Order: sequence, then C-alpha cells, then structure tokens
Amino acid sequence: MFPNAFRYEAPTSVDEAIRLMTEYGYDGKVLAGGQSLLPMMKLRIAAPAVLIDINGVDDLRGWREVDGTLRIGAMTRHAELEHSAELREQFPLLSRTARWIADPLIRNRGTIGGSLVHADPASDWGTAMMALHAEVEVRSPEKSRRIPIDEFFVDTFATSLEENELAVAVHLPAPAGPVAARYMKLERKAGDFAIAGLAVHIGLGGDGLVCDAGIGICACGPIPLRATKAEAALIGQPLTDETISAASKLVPEDADPTDDLRGSAVYKRDLLRIFASRALREIAEELHGKVGIQ
Amino acid sequence: MIIRVKVNGRLYESDVEPRTLLAYYLREELKLTGTHIGCDTTSCGACTVLLDGKAVKSCTVLAVQANGREVLTVESLDQDGQLHPLQSAFWEEHALQCGYCTPGMLMASYALLQENPMPTEAEIREGLSGNICRCTGYVNIVKAVQSAARTMADKTREALGEVAASGTATD
Repeated sequence: MFPNAFRYEAPTSVDEAIRLMTEYGYDGKVLAGGQSLLPMMKLRIAAPAVLIDINGVDDLRGWREVDGTLRIGAMTRHAELEHSAELREQFPLLSRTARWIADPLIRNRGTIGGSLVHADPASDWGTAMMALHAEVEVRSPEKSRRIPIDEFFVDTFATSLEENELAVAVHLPAPAGPVAARYMKLERKAGDFAIAGLAVHIGLGGDGLVCDAGIGICACGPIPLRATKAEAALIGQPLTDETISAASKLVPEDADPTDDLRGSAVYKRDLLRIFASRALREIAEELHGKVGIQ
Repeated sequence: MIIRVKVNGRLYESDVEPRTLLAYYLREELKLTGTHIGCDTTSCGACTVLLDGKAVKSCTVLAVQANGREVLTVESLDQDGQLHPLQSAFWEEHALQCGYCTPGMLMASYALLQENPMPTEAEIREGLSGNICRCTGYVNIVKAVQSAARTMADKTREALGEVAASGTATD
C-alpha cells in the first residue's frame, strides 16, 4: 500500500518547520514519528499534499528542567521515556505509561508530541498528561504559548492548535514531595489501543495527605478525560480503604464510554472503577507501606 | 529525491519517490527481499529492520527518512556463509514453520540482545510483542532467543579469554 504522492520537506530547525507550515497551510502535514500518520496515509484516510518531516529537528528531542517544570521535547520517542532511569523517581508515570504504548518497535519511532497532536481518544500519552497536569508548548511565527492539557484536546483527532502552530514540548510540574503512579489498561491483544485505560498520579505532602491527585481516563469518550470528582475527593485526604473506595466509585462519573464490539459502556465504567481501586491501593502501598489500608 | 543510505555496511545512492516506504525500497530497489511485507499496517513486524541501531517496522518509515542513516536487514546477520547464532538457534529449536515472519523475528531479537544480552523469558516475550507469528506459536521462538543469548555470551567470553591469553589486553 502506497500513500498518495506528496511533496517532502525535511526542515532542520523549528523556525524552518514553522515557516514551511505557514507557507503550505492546510496542504501541509507535520510528520513526527509517523506511527499513526503513515498507516493513515497508506489507507488514504489522510492525503496531505506536503509532508513536513521534523525528525531532523534536533532541538525537539530530549528533556530538561525549566523553571520548576520538566520540559520534554515533542520529538522525544516513547522508548526514550520508557527506559529513562533519571525520570523514574519524580515522574514514574512516564515509564509506566510508555511501556503500554503499542509495541517496542513502534515505541522506538513514535513520539510524545506526535501522539498528543494526533489526539486519539485512546491516546496513552493524552491520558497520562491529564494525570500529570501537563501543558503543551506551541510555537507559531508570531508567538509562543502554553496550552493546559485540559484545553488541548477539542474533539476526536482535533486539538486547539492553530494552523501554523507547532507543538514543540510538553511541560510537567515537578512534584514537591513523594509521588507514585500507575497506568492500567485493558487491551484486546498485545500492543493494541485500550478498551479502557486509567492513569493515576498521586503526590503526598509532608503531612502524609494527598496534595496532588491526577487521574486521566483513556478511550472512554471523544477525548482523553479527567476524573475531576475522584481527584477532588482525594485532595487533602490520607490514602485509606475508605478514601480509595470512595474515589474509585467516582471515577466512572466523569467517563463517557460507548457500547462497542469490545464491551458495553457499563462494563467499561466498571473497569475504570476497578482500575482506580487497584491503582490507588498499589500507590498507597508504595507510599505508605500497608499501614492503614488493610 | 536522491538519498544516500548505508545498508548492511554498503553505501547506496538512489533516486526515490518520497512516498516510497523503506520496506519497498529495500525489496524492490536494492533487491534485499529478506525483509518481508506481511500486514502492511504496522501490526505484524515481518518487515522489521534496524534503523541507526533501533528496530523499526520498515513498512511505516519512508525511504527518504533513511537518508544519511544506517539500515541493517536480515541479510546482514550471516558472516561468510556462517549463520548468525540467532539463525542457528531458530534452526535448532524449530522456531519456525512457514518462516514468513522469521526475518522480522530475527531482527527484533537481534536488537533486543544488543540492548539486553541476557533477557528473561518475560523480556523476550515483551521484546517480540510487535512481531506476529500465525503458525508456530512463540514457545520455540522464545527458546531460540534464549539459546542464542547463551551462545553469544559464550562467544564473548571466549573472545575475551583469547585476548587475555594472548597478552594483548591493554589494561
């Protein structure tokens, strides 16, 4: 299967990439890791006239700390985040999420920025970025701005990016105290998209109470969703049997799954409740030992 | 577009249409037909090659993206007619039936062993989770990778022993 014919551009700097995006407008499409875009082009679901390949833009790779946030370049590959030992303590959700994305070969190629901009409702990164309260840094010829992840996804395969805006990085707030995280996902076969998934990130304050709760919901709505009610129920609380049970029951209330061949909406809602309960219990054990959550 | 690609140690310069996929470039332009096209939808891994040392599905990379880079295909594994330990292990352990998926399995396993020379069974299964075999099942494939890992470790030890014995080690 061949994609349609297209003009190929390979910029080597962000400025050049943005200039090309401005020049070609809606005829142009940015190629990041290509693990979703190229299959879509082969099936002729996507047929851009111009492909702007940003794999040669070295500035978009890797991560560093900037003003209390971790700035991850958009072209950082899933596998790099999966295997980074240095990120594991402060941002355990990154490797825990990455290892669920497709398969190792695809993770060698796919990128965090490409995944977010693709805006698949079953995006593992979209879900994890919800839990981590991320912001997406975007650049256009005129300006640079940061879009909170809650405003980034507009609809299925649609983001709030403007035509000539390039997503250049994601920013994650650095946690002040101890954190733990889990990514839970049910898939039909190895490497598949989720039937339902859940990302949970918990930070504790010096008093042992939850000061940061992030819960992202995957594949249960038109975009990755946030379990707002469950998050609010956890803030300021200790992780106990009671608080975990109460929060887990609230997670499905913010989900909007549909019945499909993989399961009914009722089933998917219940999966989210079970995932939340398991994730929070494991997190509590990791952070506290088993004290108080028998 | 003119691209220069090093494939299995040899430099090629070719004029390719941008929409040419790397798998098709290797097979049709370079006649390296060991790289198989199975599903053509980024699922099966039969087309796995190493691009700058990383295993990728070559049906989902453009040939122009390999410009200035290095590609290893299954044809690179044997040396002077001697099968690579992975190839021998697949033979010995009966890790294939029809063999269509085997080049991809070999290249994914090769990449895995480069990064993790002594993987556990779980790590092998994870490493091969992007490669689909529809006739053998994975038991013998996993055995073959384990066997190859042992052989390669023995060879490394032998080589180090020879260096030590010959007194050419520098420290």
